[in-house]
Amino acid sequence: MGIYFPPISLGFGKSNMANRNPIDYRDKIFKTMTFAAAMMVLVLIAGIFFSLVKQAVPAISKFGFFRFISTATWDPVHEVFGAAASLYGTIVTTVLAMSIAIPVSIGIAIFMTELCPNFLKSAMGTAIELLAAIPSIIYGMWGLFTLAPIMGDTVEPFLQQTIGRVPYLGSLFSGTPLGIDILTASTILSIMIIPFMASIARDTFNLTPQVLRESAYGIGATRWEVIRNVVIPYSRKGVLGGIVIAMGRALGETMAVAFVLGNKHEIAHSLLDASATITVTLANEFTEADSDIYMASLFYLAVILFVMSFLTLAAAKFLLKEKIES
Amino acid sequence: MKLKNIFLSLVFIATSLSLTAGDMINGAGATFPYPVYSAWAFNYYRATGVKLNYQSIGSGGGVRQIKNRTVDFGASDAPVKPADLKKMNLIQFPAIIGGVVPVVNIRGMKPGQLKLDGETLSKILLGEISKWNDPRIAVINKGVSLPDANITVVHRSDGSGTTAIFTSYLATVSKDWSEKVGKGKSVNWPVGIGGKGNEGVANYAKRVKNSIGYVEFAYAKQNKLTYVKLRNKNGYFVDPSFGAFKDAAAGAKWNPDKGYYLWLVDVPGDGSWPIAGASFILLGTEKLAANRKVVKFFDWSFNTGDATAKKLTYVPLPKSLKDSIRRYWKRNGIY
Repeated sequence: MGIYFPPISLGFGKSNMANRNPIDYRDKIFKTMTFAAAMMVLVLIAGIFFSLVKQAVPAISKFGFFRFISTATWDPVHEVFGAAASLYGTIVTTVLAMSIAIPVSIGIAIFMTELCPNFLKSAMGTAIELLAAIPSIIYGMWGLFTLAPIMGDTVEPFLQQTIGRVPYLGSLFSGTPLGIDILTASTILSIMIIPFMASIARDTFNLTPQVLRESAYGIGATRWEVIRNVVIPYSRKGVLGGIVIAMGRALGETMAVAFVLGNKHEIAHSLLDASATITVTLANEFTEADSDIYMASLFYLAVILFVMSFLTLAAAKFLLKEKIES
Repeated sequence: MKLKNIFLSLVFIATSLSLTAGDMINGAGATFPYPVYSAWAFNYYRATGVKLNYQSIGSGGGVRQIKNRTVDFGASDAPVKPADLKKMNLIQFPAIIGGVVPVVNIRGMKPGQLKLDGETLSKILLGEISKWNDPRIAVINKGVSLPDANITVVHRSDGSGTTAIFTSYLATVSKDWSEKVGKGKSVNWPVGIGGKGNEGVANYAKRVKNSIGYVEFAYAKQNKLTYVKLRNKNGYFVDPSFGAFKDAAAGAKWNPDKGYYLWLVDVPGDGSWPIAGASFILLGTEKLAANRKVVKFFDWSFNTGDATAKKLTYVPLPKSLKDSIRRYWKRNGIY
């Protein structure tokens, strides 16, 4: 893909001055300006990436790549740094949050487009959009003061009594239920990303042509069959788009998670263990990182998160493209 | 009167925001002393008309900023080592003292009822002692009922001077701790969960049954947390109080030639609380004019600011230390 440089001409040349419509070069100026605005995004991304890498160089050369991502120790005193624990925490909380949020938001979207009585529609729509407008620090405080006690005192003991007794699966719920753990953090994350997914899914469901729906009903399809075979296939692209956006938010979410995850640099085996994510580690430790290698390791973490988010989005885009073409 | 105060503080904020202000001192650094520095700054402005703008960006940032000479003074909760002071051409002195207090959440336990010594405390935090009714705890707590429950350790997750003071105490009293974990603003905790800030630790400690954590003295006092009595170097069990911190500060061997480099932990004295720390001010040696302005501010605050500091639950420096600091300023030609 080549970079396209628009011909920048302000129209001062005398050759075609006479027969040129004044609107013509206003168009060109406008085009140049929009092009510059678009280019700025690329320049910014490249600039951020290179400055992160530059700051991370001491850590990259000291720990290497594979050693850094496979070491779970994070010891500022002895200057041994590894990303494995925070990387693991980031991935586990995101995956868990997605697996809670996807079914719920698709359910919300189906209800709102297909089943919801009209008088409820706008109220519910507003409520969902309001959820998205709550700042993440509020989610964090609510999580710490309200959700964590509920999880620790009621939900988690219940899970231990039930699923916890199942062999193999049960080990996921071992340990003391404190309410400050991966499960609580993922629950909060899922609540935070549901509005994105739900409203995008709702909008795309609404785009399904009425004609298609009516004809499906016309040939005797049930409501379930219409949703399953007409609406969802038609809007798959939009729903996947919503999922990708939500995943981006879950990967990068910081404040809410910092409050309820327990900030422990260890690879947790149980969902009731504390953990740490990359963004939380950065937020916690940047201000007081005193040695150069400590600072560089934090930047190294940031580079990894940057690349990871980029790859996820790229992979999602790629999948999306294949789906649409097939 | 109250309205007038509010009005004055608004005026103060508004004027300190304007960059064209004439007489102005700029400082940056530790978050822990921020409330007392800004209270002193407000009083100083009312008395002299000189503004002090202090940005609480963290100790690490404070050291970096004064190293680059972008501020008139830097502030740090951890003292800068004498060798580094020399390298960066800085002078250093303490300005205010704070303490760290272990707090517990055990059903029925009252503040000051549980007693611990450094060795036992470090074993709990290393995870070697994992139950409250462990004989090593019981032996120093005769007559106190201790539950047969697992201990949950709560520590700070963000890098902080509080952690630096606390771990430097543990490293002083326990060889094991010093070898396995060491001291610093953030360390690799063997066990436990991490809360963000004092409020995070306090909240986790309040929420999680049978937990032990550590917070700043001011925080423990204002929130009436269940603090622990500690055995000091002289063998006495003491409560954390203004007097106990002042005794610790007076009992320490402050050395101006080393830029007062000192961790105020496990110092001798019958009444001294073993986990305390001073918050330090850093000045660039060559900036005489700016330093004189800064020193004037701290001199004024040392003279008149003790009550303000106490009201905010900070521990003012003992008189002997203030005098020593004034001599130190004089020797550096800025007083």
